[in-house]
Amino acid sequence: MTDTIICTVCPLGCSLIVEHKNKTIQSISGNRCKRGIAYGEQEILDPKRVVTTTVKIDGGIIPMLSVKTSAPVERGKMTEIVRSASQMRLHAPVEIGTVIEKNICSSGADLIATRNVAKISDSAC
Amino acid sequence: MNNNINVAIIGGGPAGLAAACTLYEQGICDVHIFEREHVLGGVLFQCIHNGFGIHHFKEELTGPEYAERYIQKVNKTDTFVHTDTAVIDLYRENEALTLVLLGSKEGLQVFTARAVILAMGCRERNRGNINIPGSRPAGIMTAGFAQRMVNLEGYLPGKEIIILGSGDIGLIMARRLSLEGVNVQGVVEIQPFPGGLTRNIVQCLNDFHIPLYLSHTISNIFGKQRIDSVEITAIDNQLEPDTKNRFTLPCDTLLLSVGLVPENELSVKAGVILDEATRGPVVDANCMTTVPGIFACGNVLHVHDIVDYVSEEAARAARTAAQFVNKSLTDKDGIRMLAGNLVRYMLPTKVYTGKPTIVSLRPITPVEDIVLYAKRNGEIVYKKKYQKILPSSMIQFELPALSGIEPVEVFFAGEET
Ligand SMILES: Cc1cc2nc3c(=O)[nH]c(=O)nc-3n(C[C@H](O)[C@H](O)[C@H](O)COP(=O)(O)OP(=O)(O)OC[C@H]3O[C@@H](n4cnc5c(N)ncnc54)[C@H](O)[C@@H]3O)c2cc1C
Ligand code: SF4
Repeated sequence: MTDTIICTVCPLGCSLIVEHKNKTIQSISGNRCKRGIAYGEQEILDPKRVVTTTVKIDGGIIPMLSVKTSAPVERGKMTEIVRSASQMRLHAPVEIGTVIEKNICSSGADLIATRNVAKISDSAC
Repeated sequence: MNNNINVAIIGGGPAGLAAACTLYEQGICDVHIFEREHVLGGVLFQCIHNGFGIHHFKEELTGPEYAERYIQKVNKTDTFVHTDTAVIDLYRENEALTLVLLGSKEGLQVFTARAVILAMGCRERNRGNINIPGSRPAGIMTAGFAQRMVNLEGYLPGKEIIILGSGDIGLIMARRLSLEGVNVQGVVEIQPFPGGLTRNIVQCLNDFHIPLYLSHTISNIFGKQRIDSVEITAIDNQLEPDTKNRFTLPCDTLLLSVGLVPENELSVKAGVILDEATRGPVVDANCMTTVPGIFACGNVLHVHDIVDYVSEEAARAARTAAQFVNKSLTDKDGIRMLAGNLVRYMLPTKVYTGKPTIVSLRPITPVEDIVLYAKRNGEIVYKKKYQKILPSSMIQFELPALSGIEPVEVFFAGEET
């Protein structure tokens, strides 16, 4: 199978032509440097992304808390993680870095808060 | 409280926050940040995705994490923070800079400052700034407005979305909405190249199989109460519509991601002269505007694609503002900077003798294998090769210290002209 993907490692954005079969890479071309090879392999064999989304929060200065996965997760798990986060409901206050759910959707990564949400009453700033 | 202060920072986004930190480090006291929103952080709290801070913190942070780091830093200084306080007027009168404030608690107040740092950020272009024919139904909004709605308020703008313009905010929203189960029909871009970063094309569109219609535009909008479809037309090489190449897509929401404009109503009131290309103030190498004592940094000066550069620029502006307050800013005759071939905009417009200066610029169009030159009287004072330049990526370089007063021209050309 042949896939054409864009390398995102640097701003040059080379178009990589990746030939692969049964989860093994046969050849990669179009790269202008060797970092493109590593990127191409990773993207075809095991693409990973950090997922960022929001969780509802009650009693805070805002109704939504921004969250992220603590590490890149399997690309195919993104939608499941976002859906799972949309079912959660938290209470303020929450501090940045707090683990909201460990090993979210068995992805191997934790879902963590990316901001502080103060309680509405003690919102000095 | 005494209303005669040292430095007033207008806007508490990343630019204002970084400026406050630097002023503190420079030993300047009595610094005040005025922010019209309830919290500091500017637009960063709605940018929940990651990719911020790689340059500055050497790790990949989300927008809110980047903001929290700076807010924490500012909280450790003695900066006075006034949130829920908008600056509604600014003028210079007998050396003093006067600010008129409107606070939700304090009401109207007048402050005078020895120096002012403009850090008001930018706003998005909307339908009034571009021209789309057709009806005026509900369901048309800017991508940033939708971003705020989804990420801060927690509701979705619609179920079936089309995005006009391939700027980064539009691309980021394409992914965000797809992940929330919204059907993103496509992104329509009038230029033959995308407006946003390659990384965002890959991770926000390709990952979700969202079509990108390059060299296409929206030629009509349909719908009575609410938008129900748009007509999309291809654009030929002469930028003329190709009427044979046209189709209609259904949607209930149209997001506009057609660019950002520095927010300068206040600067104009103060008599600051704006640059036609950046739409931000004309500044010299000290980030000082045409009004003595008023400095500018961040998106109010020119639209940045990377927040790290906003923080750095703000630190530079704050260093010179500190010198101004200490009366040690003594630069006089400047060297004019001229933007040449393929340069869409460049700043500063003036540098000073004997001091190296960071120059920021953007190219007009994407070009491969090209050289950036700074030349003076036919002599090269700076030169750098680029494998690729893109209008979506700002270029910065350090111009070495120069003497004399002859102007410097900065331009792109093939190897050795
Ligand atoms: C909608 C939107 C989304 C963006 N998304 C991204 C992104 O995903 N990634 C990225 O790298 N960059 C993004 N940017 C660019 C981003 O704005 C900059 O990188 C950075 O936030 C600019 O910092 P700033 O401090 O100059 O402006 P801002 O962050 O805009 O902060 C300006 C602050 O000034 C305040 N203010 C304005 N006028 C007044 C006044 N008269 N009185 C008091 N306060 C005032 C505002 O309320 C605001 O808090 C986005 C920009 C916008 C507009
Ligand atoms: S292959 Fe190398 S040069 Fe090309 S985009 Fe990737 S990192 Fe950049």
